[in-house]
Amino acid sequence: MRIDLSKLKRKVGKAEITTGAVLPSDGSTERNKTGGWRAMRPVTDHAKCTTCSICWVYCPDASRFKDKDGKYDVVLDYCKGCGICADVCPVKCITMVAEAK
Amino acid sequence: MKHVMEASHAISDAVKAINPAVIAAYPITPQTHIVERLSEFAANGELKGQYIRAESEFGAISACLGASATGVRSYTSTSSQGLALMHEILFIIAGMRLPVLMTNVNRALSAPINIWNDHQDSIVERDTGWLQLYGETAQESYDLTVMQAKISEHKDVLLPSMVCLDGFTLSHVYEPVDIPEQAKVDAFLPGYTPTHAILDPQEPMTLGPIGFPSHYMEFRYDLHDAMKRSMKVIEDVYKEFSETFPVQIKNSRPERYYHIEEYRMSDAEVVLVAMGSVCGTIKDVIDSMREKGVKVGLLKVITYRPFPKKLIVDKLKGIKKVAVIEKAISMGSGGPLYQEIASALYEAKAHNAELRNFIVGLGGRDVTLDHVKDIIETTQSGKGDKEVWVF
Repeated sequence: MRIDLSKLKRKVGKAEITTGAVLPSDGSTERNKTGGWRAMRPVTDHAKCTTCSICWVYCPDASRFKDKDGKYDVVLDYCKGCGICADVCPVKCITMVAEAK
Repeated sequence: MKHVMEASHAISDAVKAINPAVIAAYPITPQTHIVERLSEFAANGELKGQYIRAESEFGAISACLGASATGVRSYTSTSSQGLALMHEILFIIAGMRLPVLMTNVNRALSAPINIWNDHQDSIVERDTGWLQLYGETAQESYDLTVMQAKISEHKDVLLPSMVCLDGFTLSHVYEPVDIPEQAKVDAFLPGYTPTHAILDPQEPMTLGPIGFPSHYMEFRYDLHDAMKRSMKVIEDVYKEFSETFPVQIKNSRPERYYHIEEYRMSDAEVVLVAMGSVCGTIKDVIDSMREKGVKVGLLKVITYRPFPKKLIVDKLKGIKKVAVIEKAISMGSGGPLYQEIASALYEAKAHNAELRNFIVGLGGRDVTLDHVKDIIETTQSGKGDKEVWVF
């Protein structure tokens, strides 16, 4: 590394901080599951999915993936239910369903 | 080499000399000739760095943030509404400790619409975590631009900085300016070597993460502490610059740069405190009043953030009559510089001075020799209101 992160660490008050809050890139985005914020869940009708990938491109998180049949589906660990995938799907195969149901 | 040029062009030359890898700016109102000239340099192939014409000031400052995060020197210039539009990103840059460089040409904020000079635009950004240095002349504007890079990028500072100069009074007025040789600037100013943040896909790191309530306050404390600690580095850079680049044009700048400049202060009984180009007018009036035996002096503030509290208290201690003259107002409260000086004096138990606040020159209103003479006489008389608007 060109930056020695260990040198940037110091204790202020009770917390350990780094200059400018920089952190090592150790996959914290993958580790921290953020799907719990969701109120609506996208449900994909695989019979209609044409695997065009548009939902995958537009998903602002990394919550669309190709399953073993080559069809797109949701990663519920990260999906916040924003509904962009359902909105952009050209064949309207994604339906947003309330989590409570 | 001596030139006669406007402060805007002096700044453009300074920016060319400090050679940022990225310059991002929005070219339309309220922009100044600084960027116009820089874009000419870019078109003529005279800039080594990349010139980005952004879609707004918000875009320009964001591009500077991104560029600085890759570990290179980045620069932008703006004014009034443009600076206001940058407001959100100013906090982010400071919090990420990215040494972005900026020139702010001080101009009034709407409404009513006004393109002329006052200090309101940059004064409201005083709490963002940016260093703020105010120039009195075109020469100081040039010099501070070269110095700001060295200060901001210093490994013990790592803070963004804003050099502020008065719109029109400096930006559009021709003055003699000494432009040093490029080799001398290169020797004075090393390149930026990032020590805490580099965006690099080969060696990824996380910049700008969330700060939970368990940590946020410590980061804010650290930023405040860094601002206070930068005082020493600024002082060292001022000293080194003054020694490396001695005065070439008489009265164009202080002999030795310092956080403040004292003008005829040694035996002064009345002291005026001010920032920026109005100090030139004040010095002229002081000279003529001194001939009539009035013991008056000026304390010019160059470093406004960090605020040289202790230094100002030391200089004002024992002075009975002090007038703070400023081109900004905290609505419903008073002049920001006045308030800070009043609180610093109180804190140091040195509040025996009769302190007055004169609000002048808002939206380009002329501050004349007679205005300053009146201010001195009012302050000397001890009569009248604490806060006076000089219309």
